[in-house]
Amino acid sequence: MRLELVKRPQRSMLFSALSPFIAFALTIIAGAVLFALLGVNPLTAFNIYFIEPVSQVWQLHELAIKAAPLILIAVGLSVCYKANIWNIGAEGQFIFGGIFGSILPVMFPQFEGPLVLPLMLLLGMVGGAAYAAIPALLKTRFNTNEILTSLMLVYVAQLFLDWLVRGPWRDPQGHGFPQTIQFGDWAILPELMPDAGRANWGIVFALVAAVLVWILMSRMLKGFEVRVMGSSPRAGRFAGFGLDRMVFFAFLLSGALAGLAGISEVSGAIGQLQPVISPGYGFTAIIVAFLGRLNPLGIVAAGLVLALTYLGGEAVQSALGISDKVARVFQGMLLFFVLGCDTLIHYRIRLVGLALAAPDSTVKRDASSKLKEAS
Amino acid sequence: MDIAVNILLTIATAATPLLIAAIGELVVERSGVLNLGVEGMMIMGAVGGFGAGYLTGSPWIGLLAAIAMGALFSLLFAVMTLSLATNQVATGLSLTLLGLGLSGMMGTNFVGQPGVRLPNLDIPGLTSFPVIGRLLFGQDPIFYISIALTAAVMWFLFKTRTGLTLRSIGDSHSSAHALGIRVIRYRYLSVIFGGACAGLAGGHLSLVYTPQWVENMTAGRGWIALALVVFASWRPWRVLAGAYIFGAVWIGQLHAQAFGIPVPSQVLSALPYLATVVVLVLISRNKRLTMMNTPASLGQPFVPDR
Repeated sequence: MRLELVKRPQRSMLFSALSPFIAFALTIIAGAVLFALLGVNPLTAFNIYFIEPVSQVWQLHELAIKAAPLILIAVGLSVCYKANIWNIGAEGQFIFGGIFGSILPVMFPQFEGPLVLPLMLLLGMVGGAAYAAIPALLKTRFNTNEILTSLMLVYVAQLFLDWLVRGPWRDPQGHGFPQTIQFGDWAILPELMPDAGRANWGIVFALVAAVLVWILMSRMLKGFEVRVMGSSPRAGRFAGFGLDRMVFFAFLLSGALAGLAGISEVSGAIGQLQPVISPGYGFTAIIVAFLGRLNPLGIVAAGLVLALTYLGGEAVQSALGISDKVARVFQGMLLFFVLGCDTLIHYRIRLVGLALAAPDSTVKRDASSKLKEAS
Repeated sequence: MDIAVNILLTIATAATPLLIAAIGELVVERSGVLNLGVEGMMIMGAVGGFGAGYLTGSPWIGLLAAIAMGALFSLLFAVMTLSLATNQVATGLSLTLLGLGLSGMMGTNFVGQPGVRLPNLDIPGLTSFPVIGRLLFGQDPIFYISIALTAAVMWFLFKTRTGLTLRSIGDSHSSAHALGIRVIRYRYLSVIFGGACAGLAGGHLSLVYTPQWVENMTAGRGWIALALVVFASWRPWRVLAGAYIFGAVWIGQLHAQAFGIPVPSQVLSALPYLATVVVLVLISRNKRLTMMNTPASLGQPFVPDR
């Protein structure tokens, strides 16, 4: 038995819309098997994993806190991936956004006022973009593979943050804990509805970014340029689009958004710098981008789904004693199924070598008429 | 003299997993497939090797389990990219993400448990020979496998007809297909070979290098192995040289940390990653040369027309 792909004359609109849902359904099925293997009733587990974490208003706020960085980063990455540029170091750009944005509240805590927060956010974006500029520069100037360089820089960023909070930026009154001072009131990203839950302005940034990038990609010349350079760089060159400029554009945009996500997380959800400020948002965002079909509006929905996998992972850990790594497994499986289902958009899949593998309508009709005769 | 021998031995131990994973990936890329899942296959090999060794008490069963785990996990990538023609970059990434998550989950009960270690070679009379005795006859079994593997891959790729066919597929899958070569079959076998190698490399980490299970214990070695293949311009003997250079960097920074050199330990820990970036820049600077060395259909999905 083997699979055979038959190219469709046009891309299938039906599967284009359906594939994320099929992928999600397959993930649920695989997840049920996984839970059963772990000795847990899948229905109980799914209730704890997917339903309970979002059954109260304050929990929806937690969902928004987790979804905001995912959406912000993934929206930027979607532009890169559309242009066939592979920035997989968003985790590092996220960290550098957090570090740059923290310069003001950590080094100049006496500087207060309404200007502090906007400056921090701006610095965060600059930090993320600057860090993303390194692989862009290496790619354009020295022809270096951006996948490997951007990923290597993640490790470097993690170590740099570790050094900062254990060394020069450590809180002298922090009893030796590796963390900076608590940010002042002006440096904290405000909560949207403090009475209802903890959700902060990060989710608003994420939604605004998604809409802006959607407009950019579908209504503006730059978006067209991105898509042309992604599908046919040769055609793009004839149109006068520069590949080097596109590499910088994609890296700086995604870096800035990842940096904004970083400083929003630090000043909103955490309130200080710690050795670890991200549970792998930069990598999970890659899954979000693909699950959202590289469409900013789809990414908003995908970000909420992936945020739920984080919350569900924490929930099954406390309720059932299953490792919260199960969240990472769910995320990985989801991406696999999404990529697999995307094949259906461009190809029909035929099974060859099975005795009954003749997806021919006459065969089906024969079979159904025979069934009728038999009954 | 003893110190020098010890340092050389630790360098070999650090270089071996890089070498094995990179040699496997080299064959995969020579067949025109880019599998970015090395890190994920490696960590699955590490957890599988540790688990089997810990549960059975035999490091040799652990070794076999590591290889099997890597090969099995790579099969997932093969089905996706070769049978379903998915994007190789994205699929490889998802293999790494899934591997890191799955290994963490499988290894929950192994954390802090004492592991088993593969014994070093010990030949009476030879191993105790001064200086070169331990270097040549006193290392762990996977070290010898890694050297033999490098030689075998060199011979296979450049001295056999099948190796030539494999390289031709990497350079132009449509021409190879037109000649009647089973492109997909060759690529399946290459990917699984690469997975077995990555699994073995992971097994080296959890059965020799540090015989225990630590989450994310590969620490980016899979990615460095990928970079090594580029650095080596897809040539096995250069992979060997590159792996030992990186092994030396890795050990050098550990020794520097132990000696208390007045540089923050984080700077030293970052050295292998920074070195990777620098090396990649140096090697890919010449655009034409890079293009000449890279297998021409690397990373391109292939759907045979019928």
